[in-house]
Amino acid sequence: MTTAVFAGVDVEVNEEGFLVNSDEWTADVAEAIAADSGVGPLTELHWKVITFCREDAAREGTAPGLRRISKLSGVGMKDLYALFPKGPGKLAAMVSGLPKPQSCI
Amino acid sequence: MKRLLILGAGTAGTMVANHLRTKLPSGWSMSVIDPEPEHLYQPDLLFIPFGTQTPARAKRPRADSLRDVDWIREPVVAVEPDAKCVVLGSGLRLSYDLLVLATGSRTRPEETEGLTGPLWRSEVHDFYTLEGATALHGALENFKGGRLVLNIVEMPIKCPVAPLEFAFLADDYFKRRGMREEVELVYVTPLDGAFTKPIASSVLGGMLEERGIRVESEFNASEVDNDRRVLRSWDERGIDFDLLVTIPTHGGAPVIGASGMGDELDFVPTDRHTLAARDHDGIFVLGDATNLPASKAGSVAHFQAEVLVENLQRVMDGRSPVEGFDGHSNCFIESGAGKAMLIDFNYDVEPLPGKYPLPLVGPMSLMKETRLNHMGKLGFRWAYWNMLLPARPMLIGSRMSLMGKKTALLNPNPSQAASA
Ligand SMILES: Cc1cc2nc3c(=O)[nH]c(=O)nc-3n(C[C@H](O)[C@H](O)[C@H](O)COP(=O)(O)OP(=O)(O)OC[C@H]3O[C@@H](n4cnc5c(N)ncnc54)[C@H](O)[C@@H]3O)c2cc1C
Repeated sequence: MTTAVFAGVDVEVNEEGFLVNSDEWTADVAEAIAADSGVGPLTELHWKVITFCREDAAREGTAPGLRRISKLSGVGMKDLYALFPKGPGKLAAMVSGLPKPQSCI
Repeated sequence: MKRLLILGAGTAGTMVANHLRTKLPSGWSMSVIDPEPEHLYQPDLLFIPFGTQTPARAKRPRADSLRDVDWIREPVVAVEPDAKCVVLGSGLRLSYDLLVLATGSRTRPEETEGLTGPLWRSEVHDFYTLEGATALHGALENFKGGRLVLNIVEMPIKCPVAPLEFAFLADDYFKRRGMREEVELVYVTPLDGAFTKPIASSVLGGMLEERGIRVESEFNASEVDNDRRVLRSWDERGIDFDLLVTIPTHGGAPVIGASGMGDELDFVPTDRHTLAARDHDGIFVLGDATNLPASKAGSVAHFQAEVLVENLQRVMDGRSPVEGFDGHSNCFIESGAGKAMLIDFNYDVEPLPGKYPLPLVGPMSLMKETRLNHMGKLGFRWAYWNMLLPARPMLIGSRMSLMGKKTALLNPNPSQAASA
């Protein structure tokens, strides 16, 4: 675990860059992670996904996987790939300050 | 008389029914419901494509494993949890006091565009169904060489190591036929490596590499282009194939979705330790039907069955269920040339090298290819029909043990941890 500085605030992140403590997340932190991970400036559609992810995780206790996001957030698979290129499942969780979604085994 | 109903008499439902058969308290009756006349030993599906098992030998009459159990040979078309009743195909409604959902999981190739197109079952195959494994056997026998692409469409899948085993066995199969040079094997996965757990993933990744099997990772399949024979991903990568072996998207049984009891893939939200259905009273879930982050494997169903039987007895007795399930899973991984390896893990501890089930003695070796492990895998077929399904006592406990395992590997820098 290391400490990263996002939007001028110290937050704890794991080796892969996911927040260790989801409570340390703020909208500014999200913007900073997005900039850092190549997602770029967050648009309204990004926020639709992020809001869904955080609400769903609060309800379910785990970060939603890609299929769940595409089915329930109102943003389809194609758009998710455009919004979070190279792995929307992982990146949406990261920007939302959630742990990496478990790919069930 | 109070009634316990078990939906599904596959691996999990059959074990629970046979465990409880002699333990039901007075005042309780038990029935299992399953429309299928035969029971398929699904691990045999891995061997059918290579001709080392036949479709006929992989099945047995279901009645053989349900002696002295009341078996209703009909499908359930709906569950009504609020009314505490199930609706059968004939329209008959049966009420229950306790319900066990053991309806398993099945593949949904139609979820991927083009997968069941014109090339389905000629150049595009699956081996997770009996028809698929049988057709693939023919395709492999006739394969003249070229690129064989193995693709996992998305997780979760049943027996998550089966695709790796298929890759190892395919390598072995083409070598034995003296045509390995003419076949390019590509392993295409949505995961970021060979497997989901880091230590096992690096060992298994190394085994693929040794065999000259290329891995294309983080590939989320979007479409099969039948005209051009290309497998495409959502991030617009394309992989040409001559033969595509797919492990399609999995989902729970349709009755779960029809009853509004499932998640986005019709798996039932389940308490990870008690196995109670999260949203409904009087319902428990086990086996592939759950949404739990444990392998969808027969071994898991076995460990869960022991916990569930205890919990059903407790609830019948007016007590609350115990948090007995720890995510324990183990599986043999066939690696070709008469060898196999074994992995053992749970929710919290990833697979580690060591000995199993007894520390130092084994006789099985964890995470190492040996002939004995291969014998273990084949022996498991016998144990399945003769020990597991009839619920005879087995040596291995339902909780995972760390004894005999190289736990030091879990911490890359133990000296630092000790001083911290
Ligand atoms: C290729 C392959 C290889 C595998 N290898 C291994 C291995 O090596 N080791 C291992 O441990 N596991 C392995 N597995 C996984 C293992 O077979 C499953 O995890 C196990 O069978 C799950 O048991 P289950 O009872 O939950 O589901 P199933 O055994 O699939 O049973 C579900 C039952 O529910 C019934 N059902 C469904 N819907 C209804 C309905 N509406 N009404 C009534 N009944 C219904 C079905 O008819 C079926 O009999 C493998 C699986 C595959 C496909």
